[in-house]
Amino acid sequence: MPTILMPALSPTMEEGKLSKWLVKQGDSVKPGDVIAEIETDKATMEVESVDGGIVVSILVAEGTEGVKVNTPIAQVQGEGEDAAPAAAPVAETVPEPAEAPAVPAQKAAAAAPSAAAAPAAPRFEAATDPDLPAGVEMVEMTVRQALNEAMAEEMRRDKDIFLMGEEVAEYQGAYKISQGLLQEFGAKRVIDTPITEHGFAGLGVGAALAGLRPIVEFMTWNFAMQAMDQIVNSAAKQLYMSGGQVSAPIVFRGPNGAAARVGAQHSQDYSAWYSHIPGLWVVAPFSAADAKGLLKAAIRTNNPVVFLENEILYGSTGLVPKVDDYVLPIGKARVARQGKDVTIVSFSMGMRYATQATEKLVAAGVDVELIDLRTLRPMDSATVIESVKKTGRLVTVEEGWPQGGIGAELSARVVSEAFDYLDAPPTRVTGKDVPMPYAANLEKLALPNVDEVIAAVNAVTYRS
Amino acid sequence: MARKPAAKAAQSNVPELSKEQELEAFREMLLIRRFEEKAGQMYGMGLIGGFCHLYIGQEAVVTGVTMASQKGKDAQITGYRDHGHMLVMGLDPKGVMAELTGRKGGLSKGKGGSMHMFSNEHRFYGGNGIVGAQASLGTGLGFAARYREDGTVAIAYFGDGAANQGQVYESFNMAKLWNLPVVYIIENNRYGMGTAVERASGQPNLSKRGISFGIDGEQVDGMDVRMTYDAARRAIEHARSGKGPYILEMLTYRYRGHSMSDPAKYRSKDEVATMRAEHDPIEQVKARIIEKGYASEESLKQVETEIRAIVTEAADFATTDPEPDATELWTDVYAA
Repeated sequence: MPTILMPALSPTMEEGKLSKWLVKQGDSVKPGDVIAEIETDKATMEVESVDGGIVVSILVAEGTEGVKVNTPIAQVQGEGEDAAPAAAPVAETVPEPAEAPAVPAQKAAAAAPSAAAAPAAPRFEAATDPDLPAGVEMVEMTVRQALNEAMAEEMRRDKDIFLMGEEVAEYQGAYKISQGLLQEFGAKRVIDTPITEHGFAGLGVGAALAGLRPIVEFMTWNFAMQAMDQIVNSAAKQLYMSGGQVSAPIVFRGPNGAAARVGAQHSQDYSAWYSHIPGLWVVAPFSAADAKGLLKAAIRTNNPVVFLENEILYGSTGLVPKVDDYVLPIGKARVARQGKDVTIVSFSMGMRYATQATEKLVAAGVDVELIDLRTLRPMDSATVIESVKKTGRLVTVEEGWPQGGIGAELSARVVSEAFDYLDAPPTRVTGKDVPMPYAANLEKLALPNVDEVIAAVNAVTYRS
Repeated sequence: MARKPAAKAAQSNVPELSKEQELEAFREMLLIRRFEEKAGQMYGMGLIGGFCHLYIGQEAVVTGVTMASQKGKDAQITGYRDHGHMLVMGLDPKGVMAELTGRKGGLSKGKGGSMHMFSNEHRFYGGNGIVGAQASLGTGLGFAARYREDGTVAIAYFGDGAANQGQVYESFNMAKLWNLPVVYIIENNRYGMGTAVERASGQPNLSKRGISFGIDGEQVDGMDVRMTYDAARRAIEHARSGKGPYILEMLTYRYRGHSMSDPAKYRSKDEVATMRAEHDPIEQVKARIIEKGYASEESLKQVETEIRAIVTEAADFATTDPEPDATELWTDVYAA
């Protein structure tokens, strides 16, 4: 005989007052009929009968306070054909979660939660850079050209890849990264969008759900804050929320970090923001070769990728190997210089300060090990930790703000995994903790610089 | 002032459904109704956690639209009131219910919950928890259809509340600009959570929301599956034939609160009772079936019994299936 239980009507309700019966013994009820009212500290709610039939008995009197959830409150005798079995009390039907983290909310609230141990997180093992053929030709090109080549090569390879964004087609790109792509691939695959970051980011994710491989260019990452919900809530979480069924292979790319004299709203570094998000891969290259090899990898992966470029680096040149298909592994740091005295870790524009500082420090007799992270998520902390075990000292360099930054994360990892090897506290060189000022002198002060990197190295090597 | 519950339907002639269609509509809507009632009951027992948004009362919308679509080919996407959409699209009721209870055999392995289920096979793309996001995502599904020239249409459902989100209009603009094959279904159930449409919308006739983008729209009696089917058939044909997006505002009603924890004090009991008594989508179909002699009371009872068995089986599975393995915590964060 179907038993009606005291229902829980919110995620946190444990008990309530049975304030009123709207039926009495012997009444006939249909599914959906309101049969009682209950009160919690928050609201008065109605209890509906799920099954139809005759109310045989009322088990809890009107006005009773503190009725626990799942207490039987009435019995309904179903009509002949109604063979739905009575809902048994919850204790009999819910398998006890042995060690599962997902304890039903009400149980967790009722019992003192004994922390079930989560299984250990898998460690990300990055592949190493591919070996280049002996005597491979190296071609000098700008980061801009490298990014352009990466997109063009991938678009030639796979017709499902398309590029969309503001001014990417007829204007040839606000920063000319997409120069010539419209001419080669046509308006179907190189698409000028209206100025609607939220909308076209979502449209891009939707196209990715349907199996296309969009590259969404943000004119700068500053404008992508309008689109952040689609990047974080839609793209990043898609695979997990679907239990692995539906992925969102999409690249969001554009210039990130401080530009020059454009003020607070157009000059900031989103590295730490996106690196916080599981489900995203976050790439921030410095060199032209890495820009090319990592953008190609980003376009090929089935995961959503946040690809952080830098406007000031677009014109800088570097040597890019001339091979048919130069693809680098996402998640692998590059040791730019080996040394034994101190480890400097940076990425993207920070590498410019770090590289110049390294040159001066080496000239002054400090044997610097310089690491370019290249990818921020997954973060290749193994390479950094191995290095610190050798040098005993860590200096991080980034343009972003200090609190919760990439340097903060690296410091935490190094302290927890290489504490005994440290000869000095990990030290961060960051952008100053202020919105970017406009005045030339203030802007210069707000950004990290070579002297600050040198000062930090001197401090951790006790040379100052 | 409350609006008339039934729409000033754009169509003056009520379209007829065939016997097979009426019986299919009855069956599909009844499955949703009984499934949702069971979900509500299981929520009350603490078997379903968090948020649970029931579709009871709105069954005719997704049923009519899906019957008018090419099932398995046309893509559909909606918000968090999504159980009905999945059932009508043919997703396994056991998998849906087990997802609600957070079990291993749930459609998302228990990792999505009520608001997050998906199926490439059935071309259902969620199950999206952020109000309005599915309008942009759905426009992207339409973009993919046009890009591939595969003749499919994207159907994006959102509510009267979402109709005020900015990204909806960004999406309308791009959909019309590129003439994407998208049908926007606005499920106007008259309340965005507890706020009546008239208290939230400067232009409460939501079918007009596409006018400034050049997108035609119409209001449809969303409680009558004949109307939702007929309007959807025309709108889908419009989109499939290359004429671009179309908006259908389905005037519908949810009998339950916004979510399980909503006491729904913002509307009168009479209002709910009147809708149930006079406009119930299932009762309407049932009455026509009997009146036209498409089936006997007895055989409809047989359908009831079959549906109850499906729902009971789903509920049993969802309460006995184990929770996901703890190791599932770390899987599916990244694709291979």
